[in-house]
Amino acid sequence: MSLNMHIVVCIKQVPDSAQIRVHPVTNTIMRQGVPAIVNPYDLVALEEALRLKDRYGARITVLSMGPPQAEGALRKALSFGADEAILLTDRSFAGADTLATSYALASAIRKIRLDIPVDLVFAGKQTIDGDTAQVGPGIAIRLKMQLLTYVSKIETIDLDKSELTVQRRAEGGVQVLKTRLPALITVLEGINEMRFATMSDMFRAARYPIRVWDKDAAGIEDISKIGLKGSPTVVSKVFAPTPRTQKAEIIQTQSDQPGDVAATLLAKMFARFPQLRDAIGRRGE
Amino acid sequence: MSNPTAPTPPAARPAGRRKFELDPRLKAYKGVWVFIEHERGAVHPVSFELLGEGRKLADQLGVELAGVVLGAAGEHTRRFCQDAFCHGADLCFLLEDPVLAQYRNQPYSRALTDLVNKHQPEILLLGATTLGRDLAGSVATTLQTGLTADCTGLAIDPENRSLAATRPTFGGSLLCTIVTLNYRPQMATVRPRVMSMPARNDTRSGRVIEEPLALLETDVVTKLLEFIADDKRAEVNLPFADIIVAGGRGMKRPDNFQLVRDLAEVLGAEVGATRPVVQSGWVSADHQVGQSGKTVRPKLYIAAGISGAVQHRVGMEGSDVIVAINQDASAPIFDFATYGIVGNAMQILPALTAAFRQHLATEKLAV
Ligand SMILES: Cc1cc2nc3c(=O)[nH]c(=O)nc-3n(C[C@H](O)[C@H](O)[C@H](O)COP(=O)(O)OP(=O)(O)OC[C@H]3O[C@@H](n4cnc5c(N)ncnc54)[C@H](O)[C@@H]3O)c2cc1C
Ligand SMILES: Nc1ncnc2c1ncn2[C@@H]1O[C@H](COP(=O)(O)O)[C@@H](O)[C@H]1O
Repeated sequence: MSLNMHIVVCIKQVPDSAQIRVHPVTNTIMRQGVPAIVNPYDLVALEEALRLKDRYGARITVLSMGPPQAEGALRKALSFGADEAILLTDRSFAGADTLATSYALASAIRKIRLDIPVDLVFAGKQTIDGDTAQVGPGIAIRLKMQLLTYVSKIETIDLDKSELTVQRRAEGGVQVLKTRLPALITVLEGINEMRFATMSDMFRAARYPIRVWDKDAAGIEDISKIGLKGSPTVVSKVFAPTPRTQKAEIIQTQSDQPGDVAATLLAKMFARFPQLRDAIGRRGE
Repeated sequence: MSNPTAPTPPAARPAGRRKFELDPRLKAYKGVWVFIEHERGAVHPVSFELLGEGRKLADQLGVELAGVVLGAAGEHTRRFCQDAFCHGADLCFLLEDPVLAQYRNQPYSRALTDLVNKHQPEILLLGATTLGRDLAGSVATTLQTGLTADCTGLAIDPENRSLAATRPTFGGSLLCTIVTLNYRPQMATVRPRVMSMPARNDTRSGRVIEEPLALLETDVVTKLLEFIADDKRAEVNLPFADIIVAGGRGMKRPDNFQLVRDLAEVLGAEVGATRPVVQSGWVSADHQVGQSGKTVRPKLYIAAGISGAVQHRVGMEGSDVIVAINQDASAPIFDFATYGIVGNAMQILPALTAAFRQHLATEKLAV
């Protein structure tokens, strides 16, 4: 295995939120049977790392913080071609917000780089459960790495000069940025498609002894900065959104011919919302 | 905000909320700040929306509302300060330096954290744009404080003067309110078009407080080689469109999507889409409305063949009038649309296109 570069990819196991339902009476999340998946945006980051491995040669370590079951997410990543996997799991990590999460992950990466220096850290654009896009920047700041968010393309890496050029999605355009390694990259969605796992990688992933680190193994120095205690934000209330009060007024006509239905809609709509008359058909005038 | 390590819903933790006493050192933090984002010579509208919201928070707290303008001289930074005053700011902190000419994380983070450490605001709001999210995430970590992303509601808890930030969780199926108790400033980001635009008042003015940037270009590691501006003509400006015609999987085939485009063309509207439609490649990703797409607030939103899943709904329910066309009378979209047409979109859309075309023709004759 080539050791040209060492890349850490942060992945999180999340509930497949497409399948989450809210209990209509109690307003609680019904989690029974909701499968856990690798955060889809993290797979985009992993694939980007794997492409660097193909291009330049690299060792890829996947890192996750979560309950023991999160091992499943790491095995999935191994089956796609990651080399090593580390799971941070400890009761004291529970209840972490993004600040506490980035503290724990950054501590672990410091520990990882004692063995082999880390050139690049990848994170997803955001998670689909936390949905904050904050953990990536948090890790970069803590490790004093260059931060590159919403990267759409990695143009070149010059390992001798420790230089990296990327394209980054910015407001109103794309920035071409040149920076120094080590850097943390969060990857824009939709820029690649995850490869298929090979048979041999699947076998390797199934047998691979995942390294499980508790807070001591992860090198946590200040336990007041992890988990619930280390989290400045506190959820004070969880509630269901108030539904828009009225149901749609269904437009019906005697004939139910599309033309009549359309005419009826326009008449009703313009009578009740006269301001729409001015809004329509205006572009390009 | 909660980033639970286990796939559990964030547990409500009201413990100690009422009897909460702020650390004396943090009592010095006063005032509400809004980061004024600008690009290509104009302030991003989300900053004005935040000033509108910030004004309410500042009034409730009895403190001042400040804008923060970072940029290079010659970038109309003075005009941006004036714009901020017209939208409710009492004062602006202005940091002008050539290093700040184009957004880069390191100098912007440095500028903003230095300002916060010196002037100590209790609340700091940023737009949840690519720039705002990048900046907010690193500034909150440097300041070691809490940050709540993508808020849909901001309020002051009268009990303890803290910011109560409400945001969707679990893909919009639930909302949660998040507070940052013993940390200052309390930071939050809000997406464009989530808050309403305050009226501009040109008679307002305010103070400009200038500060220097304690950073040289030689200290900045990341260099901008090039900026490839998006093609203005091809750009989809969904968040600020007055009318949107959107199509979902119910359009069945990519060529049917032309019916959506035809209606949009007649109405002078932008084209929106659901995620499955984007994923199938019928339209590009910048047309996606919803949780992982854009938040929109048009005067009129016409949804054809869209079921109304919560992840789509959170991005468009702020529309003034929603017209839904769906074959299935029990589709969830009829629970919150203004008007519903139960029918085949392939027939209804052309009928609507014809009706609007005729309406516009007669309007023209009338004037
Ligand atoms: C993390 C996450 C994020 C997501 N983010 C988004 C997002 O940002 N935006 C988004 O849109 N979705 C998002 N989704 C997906 C979302 O959950 C739904 O799957 C999606 O909105 C459904 O799209 P749809 O309404 O086009 O398709 P469907 O749910 O399949 O609905 C199609 C509708 O068309 C109707 N129909 C069929 N034929 C006809 C016809 N001939 N005429 C009229 N009506 C017809 C059907 O009755 C049906 O109601 C997200 C999901 C997840 C898990
Ligand atoms: N518990 C975690 N373990 C590993 N990586 C994480 C974890 N939480 C967040 N991340 C990484 O940080 C990114 C942004 O997460 P978030 O800030 O929650 O939207 C994710 O896409 C992951 O790459």
